Amino acid sequence: MVDQQDDSGPSLRMIEIVFALICIAFSIFLMIGSIKLGAKWTPDGPESGYFPFYIFLMMFVSSTLVLYEKLVLDKKNLTEPFVKKSAFKQVLCILIPAITFIFAVSLIGIYVSSMIYISVFMIWIGKYAYWKAILIGLFVGVVLYLMFEMWFQVPLPHGNLYNPLSMIGVN
Amino acid sequence: MDEVSALFHGFSVALTPFNILLMLVGISLGVIIGVLPGLGGANGIAILLPLTFTMPPTSAIIMLSCIYWGALFGGAITSILFNIPGEPWSVATTFDGHPMAQNGRAAEALTTAFTSSFVGALVAVIMITFLAPMVASFALKFGPPEFFSVYFLTFCSFVGLNKTSPFKVITMIMLGFGLSTIGMDGVTGQLRLTYGFNELMRGFDFLIAVIGLFGIGEILLAMEEGLAFKGATGKIRYQIVLETWKKLPKYWATSLRSCLIGCWMGITPGGATPASFMSYGLAKRFSKNSDQFGKGEIEGIIAPETAAHAAGTSALLPMLSLGIPGSPTAAVLLGGLLIWGLQPGPLLFVEKPDFVWGLIASMYLGNVVGLFMCLTCVPIFASILRIPFSIIAPIIIVICTVGAYTVHNALFDIWLMLGFGVMGYIFKKLDYPMAPLVLALVLGSRAEESFRQSMLISSGGLDVFFSTTLVGTITSLGILLLFWPLISKFLVIFKTSKSESS
Repeated sequence: MVDQQDDSGPSLRMIEIVFALICIAFSIFLMIGSIKLGAKWTPDGPESGYFPFYIFLMMFVSSTLVLYEKLVLDKKNLTEPFVKKSAFKQVLCILIPAITFIFAVSLIGIYVSSMIYISVFMIWIGKYAYWKAILIGLFVGVVLYLMFEMWFQVPLPHGNLYNPLSMIGVN
Repeated sequence: MDEVSALFHGFSVALTPFNILLMLVGISLGVIIGVLPGLGGANGIAILLPLTFTMPPTSAIIMLSCIYWGALFGGAITSILFNIPGEPWSVATTFDGHPMAQNGRAAEALTTAFTSSFVGALVAVIMITFLAPMVASFALKFGPPEFFSVYFLTFCSFVGLNKTSPFKVITMIMLGFGLSTIGMDGVTGQLRLTYGFNELMRGFDFLIAVIGLFGIGEILLAMEEGLAFKGATGKIRYQIVLETWKKLPKYWATSLRSCLIGCWMGITPGGATPASFMSYGLAKRFSKNSDQFGKGEIEGIIAPETAAHAAGTSALLPMLSLGIPGSPTAAVLLGGLLIWGLQPGPLLFVEKPDFVWGLIASMYLGNVVGLFMCLTCVPIFASILRIPFSIIAPIIIVICTVGAYTVHNALFDIWLMLGFGVMGYIFKKLDYPMAPLVLALVLGSRAEESFRQSMLISSGGLDVFFSTTLVGTITSLGILLLFWPLISKFLVIFKTSKSESS
């Protein structure tokens, strides 16, 4: 049944524990980094690693306590799922295209990337007609260009690899 | 009275054609931002902040604060019509607002919401007008230990007054402080904890964090539900406005109580969200119609909306007079002030009265204009949500990307925003509060600075934080709040054991 399938996957409790462990590891890592910078109090004042060390030390202590809370004290919600499979799929539906979009921004600039991104998203996920999607994508791209290049005079990425706008004679 | 004449001077600053235009633009943008999920008040202001660099600071902050009011108003529209809170502080409005809309009383609900918001904000602004200069002159007595103790109190109140695990809150606060230390150390010029990544030299900008955490994170979370908007229509007719206005004065007690809760929560960094819930809860307890709550009771809208707006507005008081933001959005505004070279705090009132009173005057105007615009333009704003999510979602992501890029013109920041977005999604699901993280990120370097200076004064001893009555009181209050969850548990055990033995 759909529900059974939906509930498989990591439980909320497990993700909480994993995340607390990540916080602990992160704080230890940065504590070591701070010690390397020097974490003593000299007569001139603190060395630059002084504050980061104690801050991450406190983070270490509090995340350990969170781990303790989740591991030992909080025994209910043992099997509640972190996220349902169907819900997670929908999150991926927006996350993966977003990652691709940002890649594209660095390669071919933001104006063309946004046009492609919006149009593709509308066609693939929204199941819109091709002409509607392309029209809206084009519209947003043009508005962005007018707003930022012309009105605000704020430069947006033009693409490190290739600037497609040069094809139509715009900079 | 001094304040009133200063206020009138402020009105003259605020009422230029350019500034009025900015107010209208700001409020419209704000309502649209408040209506769209993913673009919250803090997020929207963060995105638009770099665009205001070309404007004079007074005009810039007038527009930004009007966006803030707009977002406050806008969150109510979607809560009532679509049962989707556009902002975290409008969640409580959905409890009674949407049932009212479903019963065909949408116009009444909307009018109540906007009017209550207006009243709450107005009371808060009046309070700011008279209290801010007082608080500012009081704060002139503050030295580094006093400032640090106030920061300490701020963060302790997050720990003490939050319902989630105090250890999660502390972890978030420390994470925020920790992230604020990464980058170039202002004092020694050394690169701290960048591990060879040149891009980290700039450190973690709070704007990127806000756009990622509150914007992208929000969208990722919203996608779980799959977003299908089926909402009530929201035409407001003139008659209904007048009839509702006749009904409202009956609830003056609820309104007053909510204003007080809101002002208190705004000043002590609680923010609009806890204010709205607390106010709803208290209204339900004290109301004669408490069994009607949740089914479409007018009081259920008055309470949270008044409190949320009072809190949102009064969060600006500690920001202006002490440099301590009372909410994430105020934190972003604070960051903006710092970027424009304005030092919020007691000296701001002395050195830049034009700016401060122009801003306060614009708060009055902004709220009046906002109320008027909302009452007349609700159908337009509501129709924005009829645009299907598959069009809106990528557009919002594009806007967030632009916002993140324009802060430092760095592609790395866009990736950072995405990273914060994923973290924001995880934080929300695991119930780690993000407001203390953002506040710590904004205040990190200033807190570190005051701590360093305090320690230099006392040559390394922590007793400097109890050296005078003022700083000792504030520090003790902070410690009390920090351990409050523990203390209240003991009190409960104590009380139950007493009642068992008797």
